[in-house]
Amino acid sequence: MQLTLNLNGTPLHEEIAPDTLLLDFLRAHGCKSVKRGCETSNCGLCTVFLDGRPILSCSFLAARADGHEVTTLEGLQEEAREFAAFIADQGAEQCGFCNPGFVMNALALFRENPDPDEEEIKEYLAGNLCRCSGYEGQLRGICSFLKWKKQGGRP
Amino acid sequence: MFTCKEYRKVETLEEAWQLNQKKSNLLIGGMLWVKMGHRNVQTVIDLTGLELNKIEENEQEFQIGCMTTLRQMEEHEGLNSYTNGAIRESIRHIVGVQFRNGATVGGSIFGRFGFSDILTMLLAMDSFVELYKGGLIPLNEFVNRRRDRDILVRIIIRKTPGTFAYHSARNARTDFPTLAAAVSYYNEAWHVSIGARPGRAMLLTVKEESTNAEKSREEFAKSLGEYTAEHIPVGTNLRGSAAYRRQLIKVLVKRACLEASPE
Ligand SMILES: Cc1cc2nc3c(=O)[nH]c(=O)nc-3n(C[C@H](O)[C@H](O)[C@H](O)COP(=O)(O)OP(=O)(O)OC[C@H]3O[C@@H](n4cnc5c(N)ncnc54)[C@H](O)[C@@H]3O)c2cc1C
Ligand code: FES
Ligand code: FES
Repeated sequence: MQLTLNLNGTPLHEEIAPDTLLLDFLRAHGCKSVKRGCETSNCGLCTVFLDGRPILSCSFLAARADGHEVTTLEGLQEEAREFAAFIADQGAEQCGFCNPGFVMNALALFRENPDPDEEEIKEYLAGNLCRCSGYEGQLRGICSFLKWKKQGGRP
Repeated sequence: MFTCKEYRKVETLEEAWQLNQKKSNLLIGGMLWVKMGHRNVQTVIDLTGLELNKIEENEQEFQIGCMTTLRQMEEHEGLNSYTNGAIRESIRHIVGVQFRNGATVGGSIFGRFGFSDILTMLLAMDSFVELYKGGLIPLNEFVNRRRDRDILVRIIIRKTPGTFAYHSARNARTDFPTLAAAVSYYNEAWHVSIGARPGRAMLLTVKEESTNAEKSREEFAKSLGEYTAEHIPVGTNLRGSAAYRRQLIKVLVKRACLEASPE
């Protein structure tokens, strides 16, 4: 079947199998940040934006993205780099495998709620699992990023 | 995951219904649940083209299209002001935001899952399901119906004046609930719905007279919890024993009842 979508600003028109998952489609199109961390819709590692809203690409048919805009971490490089530096500063991660999904969903949070409190941060990111850390470093990183943003985002 | 030979975005409910009569075809909502199984499917039936992903509200009721996501319900101002936030409370613990942007209310209610938070919540409200062939039936009747191949088109919630509260207990954040409890007061009766028993949610309706009206709010809430624990059967699974669930019922129903008590 035919699929037409916009991927990170580039229009695509492709022939796909009807049961292709969005995750596999994206990886086949060079978006290697999109990973499968579980097989059960639980880990959040496969998070991408569909028309700006975060979804699980492992549990979404590529066919359903027809006519829509899909954004992956590859399409948000600048925004992501700025934020990820604060996570790195805290030494929050160990293996870093969870990072792409976590960064995507954190960016989704900041778009929906630019000034979240700790409870709101924890609630929004509850669906992003990390097997190495205790989430404390990530939380500190988010809080210092938000503080920095509030102060005008200067070094 | 399932495999399929064809994907069909239907243009009418009739087309969807016809296709859905064949056992080899599969109707999907958000597909988060059906994806967990393994099946070879002929045609996947998708309702996303039917504009059923909306919540409409008028003076009398909410009409929630089956393709509305859990996240849309969680964020809906009208539903939350009517239920004093109980709708949001019943949904916000389900996996994560990305998940709830996919999972639909149609799939959640049609599935009649034992662990369902949202089924537990809606049972304690004046709710109905609108089926394509079966018409409008009270949710409390639909819950116990044998599964057929009809299509759930909308959920209707009547705005009967009332008060609502929702509490759940989870062993860990984002896990299925070990017990879910929704308590409401409308039409001069208490409605207590218990889910994750671990069986399907069950509703108990208690007229105020059957518990002693002389009691204080606190005493009444406690007695409602005890009465529920005696009358709603619970079982054991890996998340908790029947004895533990009976204790949870007493505590959660008491808390929810206090929260939903008319001043
Ligand atoms: C990992 C995981 C964790 C979960 N945790 C929780 C939890 O803690 N609490 C909770 O309440 N729920 C939980 N759920 C359930 C979830 O919230 C949804 O209820 C579930 O995924 C079904 O919704 P869906 O849109 O994905 O439906 P689907 O998986 O697409 O469909 C479910 C079933 O309903 C049928 N169906 C779908 N739409 C219709 C329709 N309109 N008419 C007729 N039939 C239809 C499908 O054919 C299928 O048989 C969890 C699910 C998963 C996968
Ligand atoms: S891969 Fe784990 S939620 Fe998608
Ligand atoms: S750092 Fe290893 S999974 Fe998160």
